[in-house]
Amino acid sequence: MRALAWHGRHDVRVDTVDDPEILNPRDAIIKITSTAICGSDLHLYDGYIPTMMAGDILGHEFMGEVVEVGAKSTLRKGQRVVVPFTIACGSCYHCGKHQYSACDNGLPADNQDIGQELYGQPMSGLFGYSHLTGGYSGGQAEYVRVPFSDVGPIVIPDGVDDEKVLFLSDILPTGWMAAENADIEPGDTVAVWGCGPVGLFAVQSAFLMGAERVIAIDHFPHRLELAKRFGAETINFEETATYEALMQMTGGIGPDAVIDAVGLEAHGFFVDNVIDQIKKSTFLGTDRIHSIRQAIVACRKGGRVSMPAVYGGFVDKFPLGAFMEKGLTLKTGQTHVQHYLPGLLNAIMEGKIDTTFLISHTLPLEQAPDGYKMFHGNQNEVTKVVLKPEWAQAAE
Amino acid sequence: MRDTLDEPRADDAPLSTSKHESAAVDAASASLVEAKGDTLVGRTVTINRPRAELFAYWRNFGNLATFMENVERVDVIDDTRSHWVVKAPAGKTAEWDATVVEEIENALLAWSSDEGADVPNSGRIEFSDAGARGTVVTATILYDPPAGTVGRLIAKMFQREPAIQARRDLRRFKQLMETGEIATGARNRRLQEEGKN
Repeated sequence: MRALAWHGRHDVRVDTVDDPEILNPRDAIIKITSTAICGSDLHLYDGYIPTMMAGDILGHEFMGEVVEVGAKSTLRKGQRVVVPFTIACGSCYHCGKHQYSACDNGLPADNQDIGQELYGQPMSGLFGYSHLTGGYSGGQAEYVRVPFSDVGPIVIPDGVDDEKVLFLSDILPTGWMAAENADIEPGDTVAVWGCGPVGLFAVQSAFLMGAERVIAIDHFPHRLELAKRFGAETINFEETATYEALMQMTGGIGPDAVIDAVGLEAHGFFVDNVIDQIKKSTFLGTDRIHSIRQAIVACRKGGRVSMPAVYGGFVDKFPLGAFMEKGLTLKTGQTHVQHYLPGLLNAIMEGKIDTTFLISHTLPLEQAPDGYKMFHGNQNEVTKVVLKPEWAQAAE
Repeated sequence: MRDTLDEPRADDAPLSTSKHESAAVDAASASLVEAKGDTLVGRTVTINRPRAELFAYWRNFGNLATFMENVERVDVIDDTRSHWVVKAPAGKTAEWDATVVEEIENALLAWSSDEGADVPNSGRIEFSDAGARGTVVTATILYDPPAGTVGRLIAKMFQREPAIQARRDLRRFKQLMETGEIATGARNRRLQEEGKN
Protein backbone atom coordinates (compact mmCIF):
# COMPACT_ATOMS: atom_id res chain seq x y z
CA MET A 1 0.00 0.00 0.00
CA ARG A 2 0.97 3.67 -0.17
CA ALA A 3 1.57 5.44 3.13
CA LEU A 4 3.09 8.63 4.51
CA ALA A 5 6.26 7.56 6.28
CA TRP A 6 8.50 9.56 8.57
CA HIS A 7 12.18 9.50 7.65
CA GLY A 8 13.62 12.29 9.75
CA ARG A 9 13.32 15.96 10.53
CA HIS A 10 11.28 17.68 7.79
CA ASP A 11 11.53 14.49 5.77
CA VAL A 12 8.26 12.66 5.22
CA ARG A 13 7.62 10.63 2.06
CA VAL A 14 4.85 8.61 0.52
CA ASP A 15 6.32 5.11 0.32
CA THR A 16 5.11 1.74 -0.84
CA VAL A 17 5.06 -0.50 2.25
CA ASP A 18 3.62 -3.89 3.05
CA ASP A 19 -0.05 -3.97 3.98
CA PRO A 20 -1.44 -4.26 7.49
CA GLU A 21 -2.89 -7.60 8.60
CA ILE A 22 -5.24 -8.84 11.28
CA LEU A 23 -3.02 -9.91 14.18
CA ASN A 24 -5.44 -10.13 17.11
CA PRO A 25 -9.04 -11.33 17.30
CA ARG A 26 -10.47 -7.88 17.99
CA ASP A 27 -8.61 -6.19 15.09
CA ALA A 28 -10.12 -4.73 11.97
CA ILE A 29 -8.50 -3.41 8.80
CA ILE A 30 -9.83 -0.07 7.57
CA LYS A 31 -9.52 1.18 4.01
CA ILE A 32 -8.92 4.90 4.45
CA THR A 33 -11.20 7.40 2.73
CA SER A 34 -10.11 10.57 4.60
CA THR A 35 -7.29 11.40 6.99
CA ALA A 36 -6.02 14.70 8.35
CA ILE A 37 -2.73 16.21 9.45
CA CYS A 38 -2.95 17.25 13.10
CA GLY A 39 -1.06 20.17 14.63
CA SER A 40 0.65 17.62 16.83
CA ASP A 41 1.95 15.83 13.71
CA LEU A 42 4.11 18.89 13.15
CA HIS A 43 6.11 17.98 16.25
CA LEU A 44 6.95 14.64 14.69
CA TYR A 45 7.77 16.55 11.51
CA ASP A 46 10.03 18.90 13.45
CA GLY A 47 11.80 15.91 14.99
CA TYR A 48 10.91 16.76 18.58
CA ILE A 49 9.40 13.43 19.55
CA PRO A 50 11.85 10.71 20.58
CA THR A 51 11.71 7.03 19.54
CA MET A 52 10.57 7.74 15.99
CA MET A 53 12.02 5.26 13.52
CA ALA A 54 12.53 5.75 9.79
CA GLY A 55 9.54 4.26 8.02
CA ASP A 56 7.02 4.88 10.81
CA ILE A 57 3.61 5.67 9.34
CA LEU A 58 2.00 8.83 10.73
CA GLY A 59 -1.59 9.91 11.22
CA HIS A 60 -4.09 9.67 14.05
CA GLU A 61 -7.11 11.41 12.51
CA PHE A 62 -8.69 9.06 10.00
CA MET A 63 -11.80 7.25 8.82
CA GLY A 64 -12.72 4.75 6.18
CA GLU A 65 -14.40 1.52 5.25
CA VAL A 66 -14.10 -1.78 7.09
CA VAL A 67 -12.52 -4.31 4.72
CA GLU A 68 -11.42 -7.08 7.07
CA VAL A 69 -12.36 -8.12 10.60
CA GLY A 70 -10.90 -10.43 13.25
CA ALA A 71 -12.99 -13.16 14.87
CA LYS A 72 -13.98 -10.97 17.84
CA SER A 73 -14.56 -7.67 16.02
CA THR A 74 -18.13 -6.42 16.11
CA LEU A 75 -17.70 -4.45 12.88
CA ARG A 76 -18.89 -5.71 9.51
CA LYS A 77 -17.22 -5.39 6.15
CA GLY A 78 -18.47 -2.38 4.25
CA GLN A 79 -19.30 -0.25 7.29
CA ARG A 80 -17.96 3.29 7.35
CA VAL A 81 -16.22 4.17 10.60
CA VAL A 82 -14.34 6.98 12.29
CA VAL A 83 -11.51 5.73 14.51
CA PRO A 84 -10.51 7.40 17.83
CA PHE A 85 -6.84 8.38 18.09
CA THR A 86 -6.61 6.75 21.51
CA ILE A 87 -6.32 2.96 21.51
CA ALA A 88 -8.30 1.58 24.44
CA CYS A 89 -9.38 -1.96 25.31
CA GLY A 90 -12.82 -1.33 26.79
CA SER A 91 -12.32 -4.10 29.35
CA CYS A 92 -10.02 -2.70 32.03
CA TYR A 93 -11.04 -0.79 35.15
CA HIS A 94 -10.31 2.61 33.60
CA CYS A 95 -12.24 1.89 30.40
CA GLY A 96 -15.09 0.74 32.64
CA LYS A 97 -15.11 4.25 34.11
CA HIS A 98 -14.98 5.69 30.57
CA GLN A 99 -11.47 7.01 31.22
CA TYR A 100 -10.40 5.59 27.89
CA SER A 101 -7.16 7.52 27.47
CA ALA A 102 -6.06 5.96 30.77
CA CYS A 103 -6.61 2.44 29.41
CA ASP A 104 -4.33 -0.14 31.01
CA ASN A 105 -4.02 -2.34 27.94
CA GLY A 106 -3.85 -0.11 24.87
CA LEU A 107 -0.06 -0.03 24.94
CA PRO A 108 2.02 -3.13 24.28
CA ALA A 109 3.61 -4.31 27.55
CA ASP A 110 7.16 -3.33 26.58
CA ASN A 111 6.11 0.17 25.52
CA GLN A 112 4.54 0.80 28.93
CA ASP A 113 7.91 1.15 30.66
CA ILE A 114 8.56 4.74 29.65
CA GLY A 115 5.14 5.99 30.78
CA GLN A 116 5.62 4.17 34.04
CA GLU A 117 8.97 5.89 34.54
CA LEU A 118 7.84 9.36 33.42
CA TYR A 119 4.33 9.53 34.81
CA GLY A 120 4.05 6.79 37.44
CA GLN A 121 1.59 4.78 35.35
CA PRO A 122 1.43 4.20 31.60
CA MET A 123 -1.44 5.64 29.51
CA SER A 124 -3.32 4.30 26.49
CA GLY A 125 -1.82 3.70 23.06
CA LEU A 126 -2.05 6.23 20.21
CA PHE A 127 -1.95 5.77 16.45
CA GLY A 128 1.03 7.00 14.47
CA TYR A 129 2.77 8.80 17.28
CA SER A 130 6.17 7.23 17.96
CA HIS A 131 7.07 4.05 19.79
CA LEU A 132 6.44 5.62 23.17
CA THR A 133 2.74 5.45 22.39
CA GLY A 134 2.85 1.88 21.09
CA GLY A 135 4.48 2.06 17.67
CA TYR A 136 1.09 1.66 15.99
CA SER A 137 1.12 2.50 12.27
CA GLY A 138 -1.04 5.54 11.62
CA GLY A 139 -3.83 6.34 9.22
CA GLN A 140 -2.12 8.61 6.67
CA ALA A 141 -2.10 5.55 4.47
CA GLU A 142 -4.35 3.47 2.25
CA TYR A 143 -5.05 0.92 4.97
CA VAL A 144 -4.61 0.73 8.73
CA ARG A 145 -4.82 -2.00 11.37
CA VAL A 146 -7.21 -0.96 14.14
CA PRO A 147 -6.92 -2.90 17.43
CA PHE A 148 -9.95 -3.26 19.75
CA SER A 149 -12.22 -2.48 16.82
CA ASP A 150 -15.23 -3.58 18.89
CA VAL A 151 -14.67 -0.63 21.24
CA GLY A 152 -13.17 2.34 19.41
CA PRO A 153 -14.57 2.95 15.93
CA ILE A 154 -17.99 4.54 15.54
CA VAL A 155 -20.16 3.54 12.59
CA ILE A 156 -21.23 6.45 10.38
CA PRO A 157 -24.64 6.39 8.69
CA ASP A 158 -24.65 6.34 4.90
CA GLY A 159 -24.97 9.64 3.13
CA VAL A 160 -22.98 11.67 5.67
CA ASP A 161 -19.90 13.27 4.13
CA ASP A 162 -16.49 12.36 5.52
CA GLU A 163 -15.81 16.04 6.12
CA LYS A 164 -18.68 16.28 8.56
CA VAL A 165 -17.49 13.47 10.83
CA LEU A 166 -13.74 13.04 10.30
CA PHE A 167 -12.84 15.21 13.29
CA LEU A 168 -14.66 12.91 15.69
CA SER A 169 -11.32 11.07 15.66
CA ASP A 170 -9.53 13.62 17.85
CA ILE A 171 -9.99 17.36 17.77
CA LEU A 172 -13.78 17.63 18.11
CA PRO A 173 -14.05 15.43 21.23
CA THR A 174 -10.90 17.13 22.54
CA GLY A 175 -12.49 20.56 22.19
CA TRP A 176 -15.74 19.27 23.68
CA MET A 177 -14.00 17.67 26.67
CA ALA A 178 -12.09 20.93 27.18
CA ALA A 179 -15.39 22.79 27.54
CA GLU A 180 -16.89 20.05 29.70
CA ASN A 181 -13.85 20.21 31.99
CA ALA A 182 -14.54 23.92 32.45
CA ASP A 183 -17.83 23.04 34.22
CA ILE A 184 -19.61 25.85 32.41
CA GLU A 185 -22.71 27.31 34.03
CA PRO A 186 -25.34 29.32 32.15
CA GLY A 187 -24.29 32.95 31.98
CA ASP A 188 -20.57 32.22 32.31
CA THR A 189 -17.81 34.04 30.52
CA VAL A 190 -15.21 31.60 29.22
CA ALA A 191 -11.77 32.57 27.90
CA VAL A 192 -10.01 30.27 25.44
CA TRP A 193 -6.28 30.52 24.78
CA GLY A 194 -5.43 29.24 21.30
CA CYS A 195 -7.69 29.17 18.24
CA GLY A 196 -6.36 26.03 16.65
CA PRO A 197 -8.89 23.29 15.92
CA VAL A 198 -9.21 22.30 19.59
CA GLY A 199 -9.66 25.90 20.71
CA LEU A 200 -12.22 26.58 17.98
CA PHE A 201 -14.21 23.46 18.85
CA ALA A 202 -13.98 24.46 22.52
CA VAL A 203 -15.51 27.82 21.59
CA GLN A 204 -18.45 26.10 19.86
CA SER A 205 -18.84 23.61 22.69
CA ALA A 206 -18.74 26.30 25.39
CA PHE A 207 -21.66 28.13 23.77
CA LEU A 208 -23.61 24.85 23.46
CA MET A 209 -23.03 24.27 27.18
CA GLY A 210 -24.58 27.61 28.07
CA ALA A 211 -21.72 30.10 28.14
CA GLU A 212 -22.99 33.62 27.62
CA ARG A 213 -19.68 34.97 26.37
CA VAL A 214 -16.57 33.34 25.01
CA ILE A 215 -13.38 35.32 24.60
CA ALA A 216 -10.87 33.77 22.17
CA ILE A 217 -7.16 34.61 22.34
CA ASP A 218 -4.64 34.04 19.54
CA HIS A 219 -2.31 35.96 17.25
CA PHE A 220 -3.31 34.51 13.86
CA PRO A 221 -5.90 36.91 12.37
CA HIS A 222 -7.57 34.23 10.27
CA ARG A 223 -8.05 31.94 13.24
CA LEU A 224 -9.48 34.77 15.34
CA GLU A 225 -11.85 35.45 12.45
CA LEU A 226 -13.07 31.84 12.61
CA ALA A 227 -13.63 32.14 16.38
CA LYS A 228 -15.61 35.33 15.75
CA ARG A 229 -17.79 33.46 13.28
CA PHE A 230 -18.98 31.26 16.17
CA GLY A 231 -19.81 34.26 18.30
CA ALA A 232 -16.60 34.67 20.27
CA GLU A 233 -15.11 38.03 21.16
CA THR A 234 -11.43 38.12 20.30
CA ILE A 235 -8.12 39.26 21.72
CA ASN A 236 -5.04 39.35 19.49
CA PHE A 237 -2.22 39.07 22.01
CA GLU A 238 0.24 40.67 19.63
CA GLU A 239 -1.83 43.82 19.57
CA THR A 240 -3.37 43.78 23.04
CA ALA A 241 -2.30 43.27 26.67
CA THR A 242 -4.26 40.08 27.37
CA TYR A 243 -4.68 40.20 31.16
CA GLU A 244 -5.67 43.87 31.17
CA ALA A 245 -8.12 43.33 28.31
CA LEU A 246 -9.70 40.30 30.00
CA MET A 247 -10.14 42.18 33.25
CA GLN A 248 -11.79 45.14 31.52
CA MET A 249 -13.97 42.92 29.34
CA THR A 250 -15.25 41.10 32.45
CA GLY A 251 -15.89 44.13 34.64
CA GLY A 252 -12.75 43.53 36.68
CA ILE A 253 -13.85 40.04 37.72
CA GLY A 254 -11.94 37.78 35.34
CA PRO A 255 -13.41 34.92 33.26
CA ASP A 256 -15.42 32.29 35.18
CA ALA A 257 -13.60 29.55 33.36
CA VAL A 258 -10.39 29.53 31.36
CA ILE A 259 -9.31 26.99 28.75
CA ASP A 260 -5.68 26.56 27.71
CA ALA A 261 -5.73 25.09 24.22
CA VAL A 262 -2.13 26.03 23.43
CA GLY A 263 0.41 23.98 25.37
CA LEU A 264 2.97 22.14 23.36
CA GLU A 265 0.45 21.14 20.72
CA ALA A 266 2.02 17.71 20.94
CA HIS A 267 0.55 14.52 22.29
CA GLY A 268 2.95 14.41 25.20
CA PHE A 269 6.41 12.92 25.44
CA PHE A 270 8.33 15.98 24.40
CA VAL A 271 11.96 15.15 23.77
CA ASP A 272 13.26 17.35 26.56
CA ASN A 273 11.27 15.49 29.15
CA VAL A 274 12.65 12.15 28.16
CA ILE A 275 16.16 13.48 28.05
CA ASP A 276 15.57 15.01 31.45
CA GLN A 277 14.43 11.70 32.78
CA ILE A 278 17.35 9.82 31.29
CA LYS A 279 19.80 12.29 32.73
CA LYS A 280 17.90 12.18 36.00
CA SER A 281 18.42 15.91 36.00
CA THR A 282 16.97 18.22 38.56
CA PHE A 283 13.47 19.53 38.13
CA LEU A 284 14.32 22.27 35.69
CA GLY A 285 11.53 23.53 33.49
CA THR A 286 11.04 21.77 30.17
CA ASP A 287 7.61 22.93 29.06
CA ARG A 288 6.68 26.37 27.86
CA ILE A 289 3.75 27.37 29.99
CA HIS A 290 3.06 30.95 29.14
CA SER A 291 -0.60 30.41 28.27
CA ILE A 292 -1.53 28.33 31.31
CA ARG A 293 0.27 30.79 33.57
CA GLN A 294 -1.65 33.68 32.09
CA ALA A 295 -4.92 31.75 32.24
CA ILE A 296 -4.52 31.03 35.95
CA VAL A 297 -3.73 34.64 36.76
CA ALA A 298 -6.67 35.95 34.71
CA CYS A 299 -9.23 33.42 35.97
CA ARG A 300 -11.73 34.77 38.49
CA LYS A 301 -11.51 33.75 42.14
CA GLY A 302 -13.04 30.31 42.66
CA GLY A 303 -13.09 29.75 38.90
CA ARG A 304 -12.29 26.71 36.77
CA VAL A 305 -9.23 25.94 34.70
CA SER A 306 -9.45 23.44 31.85
CA MET A 307 -6.27 22.32 30.16
CA PRO A 308 -6.70 20.31 26.96
CA ALA A 309 -3.27 21.60 25.95
CA VAL A 310 -0.68 18.88 26.09
CA TYR A 311 2.24 19.08 28.45
CA GLY A 312 4.80 16.34 28.76
CA GLY A 313 7.15 17.09 31.59
CA PHE A 314 8.07 19.51 34.32
CA VAL A 315 7.37 23.18 34.56
CA ASP A 316 9.04 26.06 36.21
CA LYS A 317 7.43 29.17 37.71
CA PHE A 318 3.98 27.62 37.76
CA PRO A 319 1.77 30.12 39.62
CA LEU A 320 0.86 27.66 42.33
CA GLY A 321 0.27 30.46 44.79
CA ALA A 322 -2.37 32.16 42.63
CA PHE A 323 -3.89 28.78 41.96
CA MET A 324 -4.23 27.97 45.65
CA GLU A 325 -5.07 31.39 47.00
CA LYS A 326 -7.86 31.91 44.46
CA GLY A 327 -9.23 28.43 45.08
CA LEU A 328 -9.21 27.37 41.44
CA THR A 329 -10.07 23.92 40.10
CA LEU A 330 -8.03 22.29 37.34
CA LYS A 331 -9.23 19.54 35.03
CA THR A 332 -7.14 18.12 32.23
CA GLY A 333 -6.06 14.94 30.44
CA GLN A 334 -5.81 13.26 27.07
CA THR A 335 -9.24 12.93 25.52
CA HIS A 336 -11.48 9.99 26.40
CA VAL A 337 -12.57 9.96 22.76
CA GLN A 338 -14.66 6.80 22.89
CA HIS A 339 -16.84 8.29 25.64
CA TYR A 340 -17.87 11.29 23.54
CA LEU A 341 -18.43 9.73 20.12
CA PRO A 342 -22.14 8.82 20.22
CA GLY A 343 -23.24 12.19 21.65
CA LEU A 344 -21.07 14.20 19.27
CA LEU A 345 -22.15 12.23 16.22
CA ASN A 346 -25.74 13.06 17.19
CA ALA A 347 -24.88 16.73 17.60
CA ILE A 348 -23.37 16.71 14.09
CA MET A 349 -26.38 14.91 12.61
CA GLU A 350 -28.73 17.42 14.25
CA GLY A 351 -26.69 20.29 12.84
CA LYS A 352 -25.68 21.63 16.25
CA ILE A 353 -21.98 21.35 15.52
CA ASP A 354 -20.24 22.17 12.27
CA THR A 355 -16.73 20.94 11.63
CA THR A 356 -16.37 21.45 7.90
CA PHE A 357 -15.40 25.14 8.23
CA LEU A 358 -12.01 24.03 9.50
CA ILE A 359 -10.82 22.33 6.31
CA SER A 360 -8.71 24.79 4.35
CA HIS A 361 -7.00 22.30 2.01
CA THR A 362 -7.75 18.85 0.58
CA LEU A 363 -4.90 17.00 -1.13
CA PRO A 364 -4.30 13.56 -2.61
CA LEU A 365 -2.43 11.28 -0.18
CA GLU A 366 0.40 11.26 -2.71
CA GLN A 367 0.93 14.96 -1.99
CA ALA A 368 1.01 14.53 1.78
CA PRO A 369 4.60 15.84 2.05
CA ASP A 370 3.44 19.09 0.44
CA GLY A 371 0.61 19.19 2.96
CA TYR A 372 3.09 18.98 5.82
CA LYS A 373 5.26 21.69 4.31
CA MET A 374 2.29 23.98 3.76
CA PHE A 375 0.83 23.45 7.22
CA HIS A 376 4.24 23.93 8.82
CA GLY A 377 4.88 27.15 6.92
CA ASN A 378 1.54 28.90 7.26
CA GLN A 379 -0.57 28.21 10.30
CA ASN A 380 -2.59 31.34 9.78
CA GLU A 381 -4.28 30.26 6.56
CA VAL A 382 -3.76 26.52 6.68
CA THR A 383 -6.16 25.47 9.41
CA LYS A 384 -6.59 21.85 8.34
CA VAL A 385 -5.20 19.64 5.61
CA VAL A 386 -7.26 16.59 4.66
CA LEU A 387 -5.62 13.82 2.64
CA LYS A 388 -7.44 11.45 0.31
CA PRO A 389 -6.16 8.16 -1.13
CA GLU A 390 -6.73 7.74 -4.84
CA TRP A 391 -10.01 5.79 -4.56
CA ALA A 392 -11.56 8.43 -2.34
CA GLN A 393 -10.70 11.21 -4.79
CA ALA A 394 -12.39 9.30 -7.60
CA ALA A 395 -15.47 8.91 -5.44
CA GLU A 396 -15.90 12.65 -5.04
CA MET B 1 21.11 -13.68 59.01
CA ARG B 2 17.85 -14.89 60.36
CA ASP B 3 17.81 -12.46 63.24
CA THR B 4 16.71 -9.74 60.84
CA LEU B 5 13.44 -11.62 60.60
CA ASP B 6 12.59 -10.87 64.15
CA GLU B 7 13.21 -7.18 63.88
CA PRO B 8 10.02 -5.22 63.81
CA ARG B 9 9.21 -3.93 60.30
CA ALA B 10 9.26 -0.18 59.88
CA ASP B 11 6.09 -0.16 57.79
CA ASP B 12 3.57 -2.26 55.91
CA ALA B 13 5.18 -2.00 52.46
CA PRO B 14 6.13 -5.12 50.43
CA LEU B 15 9.60 -6.50 51.16
CA SER B 16 10.65 -6.12 47.54
CA THR B 17 10.34 -2.35 47.88
CA SER B 18 12.67 -2.18 50.87
CA LYS B 19 15.76 0.02 50.74
CA HIS B 20 17.57 -2.60 52.85
CA GLU B 21 18.06 -5.25 50.23
CA SER B 22 19.80 -8.06 52.03
CA ALA B 23 17.51 -7.94 55.05
CA ALA B 24 14.55 -8.00 52.67
CA VAL B 25 15.97 -11.01 50.81
CA ASP B 26 16.40 -12.85 54.11
CA ALA B 27 12.88 -12.09 55.21
CA ALA B 28 11.45 -13.00 51.81
CA SER B 29 13.45 -16.24 51.77
CA ALA B 30 11.89 -17.29 55.01
CA SER B 31 8.39 -16.56 53.79
CA LEU B 32 9.05 -18.28 50.46
CA VAL B 33 9.74 -21.53 52.29
CA GLU B 34 12.99 -22.13 50.43
CA ALA B 35 15.77 -19.68 49.75
CA LYS B 36 16.92 -19.96 46.17
CA GLY B 37 18.93 -16.86 45.58
CA ASP B 38 19.95 -13.40 46.58
CA THR B 39 18.01 -11.31 44.11
CA LEU B 40 14.45 -10.35 44.96
CA VAL B 41 11.82 -9.18 42.52
CA GLY B 42 8.30 -8.19 43.48
CA ARG B 43 5.54 -7.03 41.18
CA THR B 44 1.85 -6.39 41.66
CA VAL B 45 -0.88 -5.87 39.11
CA THR B 46 -4.65 -5.54 39.43
CA ILE B 47 -6.63 -7.53 36.89
CA ASN B 48 -10.29 -6.89 36.22
CA ARG B 49 -11.27 -10.59 36.29
CA PRO B 50 -12.39 -13.01 39.02
CA ARG B 51 -9.74 -14.62 41.20
CA ALA B 52 -10.67 -18.21 40.35
CA GLU B 53 -10.36 -17.59 36.62
CA LEU B 54 -6.89 -16.08 36.94
CA PHE B 55 -5.70 -18.82 39.26
CA ALA B 56 -6.97 -21.55 36.96
CA TYR B 57 -5.19 -20.08 33.94
CA TRP B 58 -1.93 -19.72 35.83
CA ARG B 59 -2.16 -23.14 37.48
CA ASN B 60 -2.10 -24.73 34.04
CA PHE B 61 1.63 -24.08 33.70
CA GLY B 62 1.60 -24.88 30.01
CA ASN B 63 -0.24 -21.55 29.56
CA LEU B 64 2.58 -19.47 31.01
CA ALA B 65 4.59 -19.31 27.79
CA THR B 66 1.74 -17.40 26.12
CA PHE B 67 2.56 -14.27 28.12
CA MET B 68 6.03 -14.86 29.60
CA GLU B 69 8.29 -13.56 26.89
CA ASN B 70 11.47 -15.33 28.00
CA VAL B 71 9.78 -18.66 28.55
CA GLU B 72 10.01 -20.91 25.52
CA ARG B 73 7.79 -23.57 27.03
CA VAL B 74 6.73 -25.18 30.29
CA ASP B 75 6.12 -28.94 30.19
CA VAL B 76 3.84 -30.26 32.89
CA ILE B 77 5.42 -33.40 34.40
CA ASP B 78 2.80 -34.18 37.02
CA ASP B 79 0.44 -32.31 39.30
CA THR B 80 3.19 -30.44 41.15
CA ARG B 81 6.24 -30.71 38.89
CA SER B 82 7.03 -28.95 35.65
CA HIS B 83 9.99 -28.55 33.33
CA TRP B 84 10.93 -25.01 32.27
CA VAL B 85 12.80 -24.02 29.12
CA VAL B 86 13.76 -20.36 29.15
CA LYS B 87 15.37 -18.33 26.38
CA ALA B 88 18.91 -17.19 27.02
CA PRO B 89 21.13 -14.93 24.90
CA ALA B 90 22.89 -16.23 21.78
CA GLY B 91 20.16 -18.73 21.00
CA LYS B 92 20.86 -20.75 24.13
CA THR B 93 18.34 -21.92 26.66
CA ALA B 94 18.32 -22.33 30.42
CA GLU B 95 16.34 -25.23 31.87
CA TRP B 96 15.14 -26.47 35.20
CA ASP B 97 12.51 -28.52 36.90
CA ALA B 98 10.29 -26.75 39.37
CA THR B 99 8.04 -28.12 42.09
CA VAL B 100 4.97 -26.55 43.61
CA VAL B 101 5.81 -26.40 47.31
CA GLU B 102 2.66 -24.73 48.52
CA GLU B 103 -0.77 -24.27 47.04
CA ILE B 104 -3.97 -22.70 48.30
CA GLU B 105 -6.64 -22.96 45.66
CA ASN B 106 -7.51 -19.63 44.04
CA ALA B 107 -5.13 -17.81 46.39
CA LEU B 108 -1.51 -18.92 46.33
CA LEU B 109 1.09 -20.86 44.40
CA ALA B 110 4.65 -21.18 45.66
CA TRP B 111 7.35 -22.97 43.70
CA SER B 112 10.98 -23.87 43.99
CA SER B 113 13.44 -25.09 41.37
CA ASP B 114 14.87 -28.60 41.87
CA GLU B 115 18.56 -29.45 42.32
CA GLY B 116 20.72 -28.81 39.27
CA ALA B 117 18.74 -25.87 37.91
CA ASP B 118 20.64 -23.62 35.47
CA VAL B 119 19.13 -20.67 37.31
CA PRO B 120 18.04 -21.64 40.83
CA ASN B 121 14.84 -19.78 41.65
CA SER B 122 11.83 -19.80 43.89
CA GLY B 123 8.83 -17.63 44.28
CA ARG B 124 5.19 -17.24 44.94
CA ILE B 125 2.23 -15.81 43.13
CA GLU B 126 -0.68 -14.61 45.19
CA PHE B 127 -4.23 -13.79 44.16
CA SER B 128 -6.45 -11.66 46.36
CA ASP B 129 -9.86 -10.08 45.84
CA ALA B 130 -9.97 -6.41 44.92
CA GLY B 131 -13.71 -5.88 44.97
CA ALA B 132 -15.04 -4.06 41.92
CA ARG B 133 -11.51 -3.83 40.56
CA GLY B 134 -11.09 -7.57 40.21
CA THR B 135 -8.06 -9.35 41.60
CA VAL B 136 -4.68 -8.22 42.89
CA VAL B 137 -1.94 -10.51 41.57
CA THR B 138 1.43 -10.32 43.31
CA ALA B 139 4.52 -12.14 42.10
CA THR B 140 7.56 -12.44 44.33
CA ILE B 141 10.61 -14.12 42.84
CA LEU B 142 13.99 -15.00 44.32
CA TYR B 143 16.71 -16.20 42.00
CA ASP B 144 20.40 -16.87 41.90
CA PRO B 145 22.23 -15.45 38.91
CA PRO B 146 24.62 -18.20 37.79
CA ALA B 147 28.38 -18.06 37.33
CA GLY B 148 30.51 -19.50 34.49
CA THR B 149 30.62 -18.49 30.85
CA VAL B 150 27.17 -19.61 29.83
CA GLY B 151 26.05 -18.60 33.26
CA ARG B 152 27.35 -15.11 32.77
CA LEU B 153 25.35 -14.75 29.58
CA ILE B 154 22.26 -15.96 31.33
CA ALA B 155 23.07 -13.78 34.29
CA LYS B 156 23.42 -10.80 32.03
CA MET B 157 19.93 -11.33 30.80
CA PHE B 158 18.53 -12.00 34.23
CA GLN B 159 20.44 -9.29 36.04
CA ARG B 160 19.55 -6.69 33.52
CA GLU B 161 16.01 -7.68 33.11
CA PRO B 162 14.31 -9.56 35.92
CA ALA B 163 12.38 -6.68 37.38
CA ILE B 164 11.43 -5.34 33.97
CA GLN B 165 10.67 -8.80 32.65
CA ALA B 166 8.40 -9.66 35.56
CA ARG B 167 6.59 -6.37 35.20
CA ARG B 168 6.09 -6.87 31.45
CA ASP B 169 5.01 -10.48 31.88
CA LEU B 170 2.40 -9.48 34.42
CA ARG B 171 1.16 -6.75 32.08
CA ARG B 172 0.80 -9.33 29.30
CA PHE B 173 -1.04 -11.66 31.69
CA LYS B 174 -3.38 -8.79 32.51
CA GLN B 175 -3.93 -7.98 28.83
CA LEU B 176 -4.67 -11.58 27.97
CA MET B 177 -7.09 -12.02 30.87
CA GLU B 178 -8.87 -8.68 30.46
CA THR B 179 -8.96 -8.31 26.68
CA GLY B 180 -8.47 -11.85 25.39
CA GLU B 181 -5.34 -10.84 23.50
CA ILE B 182 -1.86 -9.41 23.93
CA ALA B 183 -1.44 -5.92 22.51
CA THR B 184 1.00 -5.42 19.67
CA GLY B 185 1.87 -2.25 17.82
CA ALA B 186 3.05 -4.20 14.78
CA ARG B 187 1.30 -3.64 11.46
CA ASN B 188 1.54 -7.21 10.19
CA ARG B 189 3.01 -10.63 10.95
CA ARG B 190 6.40 -9.89 9.47
CA LEU B 191 6.93 -6.85 11.69
CA GLN B 192 5.51 -8.70 14.68
CA GLU B 193 7.99 -11.54 14.20
CA GLU B 194 10.82 -9.01 13.93
CA GLY B 195 9.70 -7.71 17.31
CA LYS B 196 8.86 -4.24 15.98
CA ASN B 197 6.48 -2.42 18.24
